Amino acid sequence: MSDIPLYRPADVTTEARPARIVITSVILILTALLLLAPLAAVFAEALRDGLGASLAALNTPDAWAAIRLTLLISVIAVPLNAAIGLAAAWAIAKFDFRGKAILISLIDLPFSVSPVVAGLSLVLLFGSSGWFGAWLSAHDLRVVFAVPGILLATLFVTFPFVARELIPVMSEQGRSEEEAALTLGATGWYMFRTVTLPNVRWALLYGVLLCNARAMGEFGAVAVISGKIRGQTTTMPILIEMLYNEYLSVAAFSMAALLAALALLTLLLKSLMEWRHADLLAATRRH
Amino acid sequence: MLRTTSPLPGFGLGMGILLLALSIVVLLPLGALVGQGVAMGPAELAQHLGSKRVASALTLSFRAALIASVFNLVFGLALAWVLTRYRFPGRRIIDAAVDLPFALPTAVAGIALTALYAPTGVFGSALAHLGLQVAYTEVGIWLALIFVGLPFVVRTVQPVIEEIDAEVEEASATLGASRLRTLRRVVLPTLAPSLMTGFALALARSVGEYGSVIFIAGNLPNQTEIAPLLIVIRLEEYDYNAAAAIGLAMLGISFTMLFAINATQVWNRRRIGHV
Repeated sequence: MSDIPLYRPADVTTEARPARIVITSVILILTALLLLAPLAAVFAEALRDGLGASLAALNTPDAWAAIRLTLLISVIAVPLNAAIGLAAAWAIAKFDFRGKAILISLIDLPFSVSPVVAGLSLVLLFGSSGWFGAWLSAHDLRVVFAVPGILLATLFVTFPFVARELIPVMSEQGRSEEEAALTLGATGWYMFRTVTLPNVRWALLYGVLLCNARAMGEFGAVAVISGKIRGQTTTMPILIEMLYNEYLSVAAFSMAALLAALALLTLLLKSLMEWRHADLLAATRRH
Repeated sequence: MLRTTSPLPGFGLGMGILLLALSIVVLLPLGALVGQGVAMGPAELAQHLGSKRVASALTLSFRAALIASVFNLVFGLALAWVLTRYRFPGRRIIDAAVDLPFALPTAVAGIALTALYAPTGVFGSALAHLGLQVAYTEVGIWLALIFVGLPFVVRTVQPVIEEIDAEVEEASATLGASRLRTLRRVVLPTLAPSLMTGFALALARSVGEYGSVIFIAGNLPNQTEIAPLLIVIRLEEYDYNAAAAIGLAMLGISFTMLFAINATQVWNRRRIGHV
């Protein structure tokens, strides 16, 4: 009897064990080299001369100005983006109208435009020779090479982040709960605050988290429009480039380590949300 | 745009906010870029794009993005497969780490890759012994673009692998197909549409990538100078027309790709019948 092979159904839907081990090892080594090594390099280079040197490099007026500016941009851009995303998702997910697919494509457009082209477009629109240039200078307003330009560039590159997390979730939930609230006498705002917002809160938070990571780390679009005025229009990523080009390696990597720590925190929160609240996120996020 | 009757309020408000924000932040600036091109006229546009330096920068950006995305197509598929189908210690950490390129600022990724692969770096010095140089060559650009593009393929394919019905693979096996044949004839065709979408997304992102590339590229004109960098250089010279010409060419490439992504998705829907 012992020569009859045991039927094990799992075997036919996976690869042979040696193949699995080889494939997994190769993939893990490549992932370590491509993804994890750069992350480790940031911290290793930052701490090359010890923690003291690293902290001292961060404790300069330029570094503090860059940190403040990056926080300022994120504090303005992220809530604005969340509000726009909520408005967009409400109109797109809860109503039927012609041209919806085109509108969604337009919201996603910034994903397919190079950040440098985004910055260039803003310079052409708001720069001194641009469409709004004469009007802006007549009213003594500066956009290009100033904080408003950095804000606009950040809004451009992060535009789809909140909306694309909210639209699928809001569409899936339909509008029956909102209709019930209205039937029971709720006003529009009351319904939105007590029914719609709680239903999408995890998807909203998820979108805000990704939006914030991009807002604080954006480089290409901001590099074009900021003018790189030290202490005034240098965000953290821009200062990293300046320090790196001045061969101030420890200072550049210390600033980079701050942003890398933020990235790690973002990944941690993101993974926690995917594991705990998977059912309340867009379908593509539930892995 | 007409809306069908709905008892819910706030369509006008929501749509108003969206259209206002979309116009100011995205559409008007892109309109200004197109306007600059129109004002320039086709002759000057062609003259800017025809210069050797611009042509080689655009070719380099597109070629490097294509090479990196093909690599990511294979590597991303294998990584997504290993993450969904195999169980090994640390799987969840690797799964979370796939999104690192989304979360890590591109400038940080750029200087980190350069530190590793420069001739004095950990990997760079090892490769130098083998007579290979990565940093400050086109290979360095591929490496940076592989880094930024990888999550697009993994995250597009992963949910589709999760949804493959085990019964289909069992049926194929009971009909006598080898595992390799099942993978090639049953699994791969199911994944093909999502692979195409992931590939197109990675490609669109890599063509326009700037931050992670400029540190490792070397930036020699006609050799390792990518198109977005040339835009920045022209802007610093206040040569707005030259910058706009390159920007328009890149926008054209992006739109072609956006169209390709949408076409893939339509094809995907027709073929599978849902999604």
